[in-house]
Amino acid sequence: MSETIKITYREALKAGIREALFNDERVFLMGEDVGRYGGAFAVSKGLLEEFGEDRIMDVPLSEAGFVGAGIGASLAGLKPIVEVMTVNFAMLPMDQIANNAATLLHMSGGQLNVPVVIRMSAGIGKQLAAQHSHSWEPLFAHIPGLIVVSVGTHEDARGMLSTALNSPDPVIIFEYTSMLNMEAEIPADSGPTDISRAKIRREGKDISIITYGIGVYKALEAAKRLSEQGIDAEVIDLRVLRPLDEDCFIKSVSKTHRALLVEEAWSTINVSSEVSARIMEKAFYELDAPVKRLGGIEVPIPYPLHLENASVPQVEDIENAVIKILRP
Amino acid sequence: MTEFLMPSLGADMEAGTLVEWKKKPGDQLKPGDIIAEVETQKGLIEIEVFEAGILEDYLIEEGDKVPVGAPMAKLKSEGTPGKIPEKDSETHPIQEKEQATESEGPVPSDSISEETSSKEKSSEEKHRIKASPLARSIAEKNNVDLTSLTGTGEGGAITKADVEQAMAGEKETPKQSPETTAVKDTVEKKAEQETPSKQVMEPPAPSSKPGQQESIRAAVAAAMSRSNREIPHYYLEKKIDMLAAMSWLKDTNRQREISGRLLPAVLFIKAVAKAIDSTPALNAVWDNGLQLKNEVNIGFVISLRAGGLLVPAIRNADTKNVDEIMTALNDMIPRARALKLRSSELSDSTITITSLGENGAEKVFGVIYPPQVAIVGFGSIVNEPLVHDGMLAVRPVLHVTLAGDHRATDGLTGSRFLEALNNHLQNPEKL
Amino acid sequence: METKDKLSAEKAEKLLYQLLLMRKFEEKSAELYTKEKIRGFLHLYIGEEAVATGVIQALKPEDNVLGTYREHAHALARDVDAGAIMAEMYGKQEGCSRGRGGSMHIFDKEKNFFGGSAIVGGHLPLATGMALASKKLKKDNITVCFFGEGAAAEGIFHEALNLASLWKVPVLFVCENNLYAMGTALRFSHAVQEIEKKGQAYGIESKAVDGMDLLKVMAAANKAVEQVRNSGEPYLLVCNTYRFRAHSMFDAELYRKKSEVEKWKKRDPIPKFRKYLLKENLISETQLQEMEERLETEIQKAVDFAEAGTWEAKEELTRFVYSENPES
Repeated sequence: MSETIKITYREALKAGIREALFNDERVFLMGEDVGRYGGAFAVSKGLLEEFGEDRIMDVPLSEAGFVGAGIGASLAGLKPIVEVMTVNFAMLPMDQIANNAATLLHMSGGQLNVPVVIRMSAGIGKQLAAQHSHSWEPLFAHIPGLIVVSVGTHEDARGMLSTALNSPDPVIIFEYTSMLNMEAEIPADSGPTDISRAKIRREGKDISIITYGIGVYKALEAAKRLSEQGIDAEVIDLRVLRPLDEDCFIKSVSKTHRALLVEEAWSTINVSSEVSARIMEKAFYELDAPVKRLGGIEVPIPYPLHLENASVPQVEDIENAVIKILRP
Repeated sequence: MTEFLMPSLGADMEAGTLVEWKKKPGDQLKPGDIIAEVETQKGLIEIEVFEAGILEDYLIEEGDKVPVGAPMAKLKSEGTPGKIPEKDSETHPIQEKEQATESEGPVPSDSISEETSSKEKSSEEKHRIKASPLARSIAEKNNVDLTSLTGTGEGGAITKADVEQAMAGEKETPKQSPETTAVKDTVEKKAEQETPSKQVMEPPAPSSKPGQQESIRAAVAAAMSRSNREIPHYYLEKKIDMLAAMSWLKDTNRQREISGRLLPAVLFIKAVAKAIDSTPALNAVWDNGLQLKNEVNIGFVISLRAGGLLVPAIRNADTKNVDEIMTALNDMIPRARALKLRSSELSDSTITITSLGENGAEKVFGVIYPPQVAIVGFGSIVNEPLVHDGMLAVRPVLHVTLAGDHRATDGLTGSRFLEALNNHLQNPEKL
Repeated sequence: METKDKLSAEKAEKLLYQLLLMRKFEEKSAELYTKEKIRGFLHLYIGEEAVATGVIQALKPEDNVLGTYREHAHALARDVDAGAIMAEMYGKQEGCSRGRGGSMHIFDKEKNFFGGSAIVGGHLPLATGMALASKKLKKDNITVCFFGEGAAAEGIFHEALNLASLWKVPVLFVCENNLYAMGTALRFSHAVQEIEKKGQAYGIESKAVDGMDLLKVMAAANKAVEQVRNSGEPYLLVCNTYRFRAHSMFDAELYRKKSEVEKWKKRDPIPKFRKYLLKENLISETQLQEMEERLETEIQKAVDFAEAGTWEAKEELTRFVYSENPES
């Protein structure tokens, strides 16, 4: 066992950005308040002083403009990390992402690569109400041409960016505001994250809990509690929401014969919808119980804490859902 | 000679209506000339010609609506216009393929539907059975008839475990699939709210099969060994004058149909449920400490004819009246003997009663059923000499024992409980 | 700086040839459209040729060019092969974008021709970003972005111009003001109809020029390109022009009077330039005759090339969504 270090999710993200800036001159970070302010969530604090204005660019509130410029810069030889402060503002540059980043390679018959990385913080959990609590991963995961990844663990917070920057295709990275202060132990030498594969975070034989993002630690906690009751749950962190690593979860469900799909995004047409459909298509005869989904309640996220908590699956919900599947 | 065709001006244009010819037969045409005006769904559009030539004749009249590609006029071409193969001279590969499949003789659409319907018929029976896809495929591979199985899955669906159970039964294998045991164990414990220990005295499935009896024996062995190993028992005994209770029972039963008559056990159960009120520490489980239970679910030991025993719970016995308890017993005992209890019934009890009934031994010292902390033993009621009001008399006497977990409670608690039990049995009408 | 006084006979002939090639190529395209050889949308540039010709002649091969969905002429001016453009419009795999793009998405990376963008205004921030890359990578190429006056009503226009000015990047914005955004006249879409004023508002040097006169466009473009190259800062050149044809093929032109079109046709830039060359003795009638024949041949060659082109196998449908050669 190698040495571990204790690190917050925020520090892990920052370490990833810093390493990327060190390793490649073509990499630069652009986004609202990433420089002088230190990042809206203090993720890039101190980087301006370290790398200078050329590498850490504050930009005006022009999400469509600077995301488009990031895409353009990537067409012309740079490796931009574009930070959209939160996914809540992501409908503004959505045209740039869906109509340019995702299509240029295809429309040009394979001539143009778009090696841009777009980071967005997402998720609920800070009582920010309806306009600032979106889980819009599924909107992006819908679009062919994008690689959509979700940072569910501290290891990935540190390792995902470098792999994303090596991709010749546009990568959208979702990070989670509510996890920024969480501390965890990660191997001191934890390296780049494989963004083509889902990750089994806990092996088990009774049921597959398939999730991503904030759902990962929640599912692991639920699995821990369930194990005290003798239920051996497998937890899969999808990690890459497009293109999905189907092999991983199909194999898992073929082993456990049961699946619970967990995510914060509204249930109608979310990532779980797709995972569920694929299980039906590829592993129907392996199923010993209907696939169940635990998704966001279909409501604009309300402000009061208790209602906010009730809007998305919690550890207890996961625990209870598993029990209900195993003991109908 | 060429034909001037209704042009296609958009993928969504299907037809156009000729509104006006702008050129007459005999007119000289040059590229860019407007030959006609055509009404489309987007409005009036001028139609131009791309080839030089002479308009020979109209093929349609003003007011005619024709589809895209339909000839509108005959032209006599001039010079050497660019060679563009007409559309129909070349077939788009995709269309070609589609046409090919379409025209490949009588595609057996009929036979497909026939096949489907016959399949449906043959498996009609199957479709009515609720079974998981996995259970279905295992059953199919192993020739297990799903119609003979009872499902334990969601909505009574047959699961893999049910099929494997059936297969095991046929092979007379006494053991359940390990998966089933594990899963059931754990979920039951959850339902019991954090009861930590292994639930061992549980029948493997609600259908009686040879081999189950053996496993029940094994389960009893395991539970009792564990109890003996882990629980430091203390024992108390109290003699209870049953004259009042028995007389009351006799009077009550006289007014009832046979089917509604009460057994003494009903009074024992109800009295225990009430007595616990004063000593809640006995209605509890031991899991790294004493954990009191909110519900009073009284486990009632039922001996099986072939040996072994089961302890189904009478739930919320404290809130049930004697009639309800009797109904519960009447329902439970035959099902227990047929091994048809629901698993939840076997996992919910918070304290246990063992009663030997008529003609049994006079005293029974129970072994606590872990993780509970007490078992109350009722011997058979016998006539014994007893001092009553300072006089020696022969009266129906009941020897009640209490085995308590000394980690959880002490003799004083037990003693209080037995005294309370006595008081309740002296006032049967209040039970 | 080249002015009309210095126009060489050789260059004059080349420019006229280019104008005529654009015109005849598109007339042929219209014909092929009515015969269902070309499908989808087909937007013709007829009438506006002086703009693309005049601006692109001022560029170096390493400069980047971005166009709209009315970009056949720009591609031709950029020396993208006429056959490859025609094959692209046919949807054949010999097309410059392998047939994946069609009329609206002409790309040729070799020629630094970056499309072919069909979301109005969507490519403006790409141009800003490409220019940003030139600046960061210390290259001396510039980026030229064509767009219509309709795009100037989009928010992204304002974001892209502001960013370009803020960042001081070498980009030339060329507004092809043809007076109609589809069917909506300039006066119905802009409160301030002098588009050049919008550039000035962002501190960008902006000029308007008669887009129906090649010589004037050339003079203005030469100056603008030189200034962008020397200063490294953006420039807005508004070319006031007119499209003689409908917006796209299926357009009844309900929004403008025929007399208005006829009036503008009198200002057709091609006869005007031709007349000028004859007057200045920069070209002879014989040369003109010979040029007609060459044009005829080149266009027929392009059509033949497209006709002879092949359809991409259906099995290849899912190519070019993600890079096939993941080393970027």
